[in-house]
Amino acid sequence: MKKTIKGAAFVIGDDIDTDQIIPAEHLVYSLDDPEERRFYGRYALSGVPEPVSGLPRGHIPFTGEDDFTSPYKIIIAGKNFGCGSSREHAPFALQVAGAEAVVASSYARIFYRNAVDGGFIIPYESREDLTSVISTGDEVEIDGEQNLLINHTTGQNYPLNELGDVLAIVEAGGIFQYAARNGML
Amino acid sequence: MAMTLTEKILARASGRSHVDAGETVWVDVDILMTHDVCGPPTIGIFKREFGDDARVWDKNKVVIIPDHYIFTADKYANRNVDILRAFAAEQDLPHFYDVGGDRYKGVCHVAMPEEGFTRPGDVLFGTDSHTCTAGAFGQFATGIGNTDAGFILGTGKLWVKVPETMRFIFEGEIPPWIMAKDLILQIIGDIGVDGGTYRAMEFAGDGVMRMDMEGRMTLTNMVIEGGGKNGVVEPDEVTFDYVRKRTDYPFTPLYNDPDARYHSVRVYRSEELQPMVAKPHSPDNKATVQEVRNTRITRAYIGSCTGGKITDFEAAARIIKGHQVGVDTFVVPATTLVRDQLSTTFHDGKSLRQIFEDAGAHIGEASCAACLGGPSDTFGRLQGEEICISTTNRNFPGRMGSKKAQVYLASPYTVAASAITGKITDPREYLNIPTESQGVLS
Repeated sequence: MKKTIKGAAFVIGDDIDTDQIIPAEHLVYSLDDPEERRFYGRYALSGVPEPVSGLPRGHIPFTGEDDFTSPYKIIIAGKNFGCGSSREHAPFALQVAGAEAVVASSYARIFYRNAVDGGFIIPYESREDLTSVISTGDEVEIDGEQNLLINHTTGQNYPLNELGDVLAIVEAGGIFQYAARNGML
Repeated sequence: MAMTLTEKILARASGRSHVDAGETVWVDVDILMTHDVCGPPTIGIFKREFGDDARVWDKNKVVIIPDHYIFTADKYANRNVDILRAFAAEQDLPHFYDVGGDRYKGVCHVAMPEEGFTRPGDVLFGTDSHTCTAGAFGQFATGIGNTDAGFILGTGKLWVKVPETMRFIFEGEIPPWIMAKDLILQIIGDIGVDGGTYRAMEFAGDGVMRMDMEGRMTLTNMVIEGGGKNGVVEPDEVTFDYVRKRTDYPFTPLYNDPDARYHSVRVYRSEELQPMVAKPHSPDNKATVQEVRNTRITRAYIGSCTGGKITDFEAAARIIKGHQVGVDTFVVPATTLVRDQLSTTFHDGKSLRQIFEDAGAHIGEASCAACLGGPSDTFGRLQGEEICISTTNRNFPGRMGSKKAQVYLASPYTVAASAITGKITDPREYLNIPTESQGVLS
């Protein structure tokens, strides 16, 4: 588990569901094939309606038209991130696009679990809603030791909740690694 | 110490006499279900982690039901069904319901009960969020991702955090113009799309216990739209009768202890219920049908694990019989059994199929179809700026195929009445019941 994650922020709102994270029509691609899996990066967050994609201004695609990876490394969202379907393609797509963490005020449980057990992306919880105090493109950093989100663009810091129960699985890198470490496999 | 039904199932499955809400336990899995969207990546993970020659932990406990992208020319979607077919053959899996033959079923959450896999007291995991439907049978059932499913395929085990239970009690007889869909839309509107996060949602009271299994399934099906981990109804004779007709497999029903502790208890008076919709673009954006009546629609859709069961079509046919639909109306039976039942179930001397055909509706093949959009050639998929009223479960932006479309969720009664008029319509207008009715008809 990386203790520090640093990069550009991409800000979206509340209740971002898995159809917005990766629209169902794209779920047909192989997750293993190196050519096909790139499409998950291409279409990550492509279902977010344009006016609220990349707050506060909106109309900012997470991944550009001709790209397979995103310039944004940390996703900032409001409550109930990842609600809807159980598709693991959602955290996978964010990882393939190059994102390393989500900071949301709360998560839907299946997305949270998939992100952790698959080792795709680290789901941090912010203590307060950060979607109105961070702007898309801000240079931000997650300090995993101190559970802090630092906004280098504005100079503000925000506390994050500890990973708690799932920390051991996040540190191991996923459920298989966790189970192997604990003699279960 | 007293336990809820959900706690008791997880205690049994983890080999303990007692568990508390909030604890993390490892459970033995009774059934793992997967389909054509999440099956192939699950198989990929299983092989990556356990080796190309690995065998599944128990072939009798693995159920594979392709249902999502079936009737499409999409080459990747068809390739995914090929992957399931090859895996089922390689592992000699008895419970694979292949496309293109007599075994094909359609929507997994409706096929699972039909085939006897929803057994009281058991633990079911499925790679689909609406796996929670099976909680109607007093089973612990919840959706998981591919990694967890791959882990189960190899080990038969999974960790799970024991949820607290929110109890929803419906007192008194449900009025005849109200369907289970109205109850769950009311609840989700009341608690919000994250109001049940990390929790079990239990449905109780005589209003619920008088429902048939399909009505109860509509309730538990949509707990995920309230963020719930699992939905549950205590099993009773209605449950046992349904299950025993479909399987000889033994099961041990479990119940709430009388002094079990709940996160919360919410009581509804059934007679006060109104026909409900969820407005675009969220299942908790509730309104009564009366509040949005006369809103113009351009399409109606009756189908899915939520609203594509035979009782849903019986309800719709009761309204539509003798009328023409005023907008494009799509009828999609959840399973091949429901498809057959459309021809063998009669209302006033006409088969349901005939009623829908005479009304001018389009009838599709059993599958998930346009509920979740799917490939561009999917039956009934929204392609532009449609305003659709639907018996399905989600109206997120783009869910049914087009980000520009608007979707209203409603009961089969309300969808059918609206299909006739081309605007959102109170079903009481077609059931000869005054729309100001409050009390139960005597």
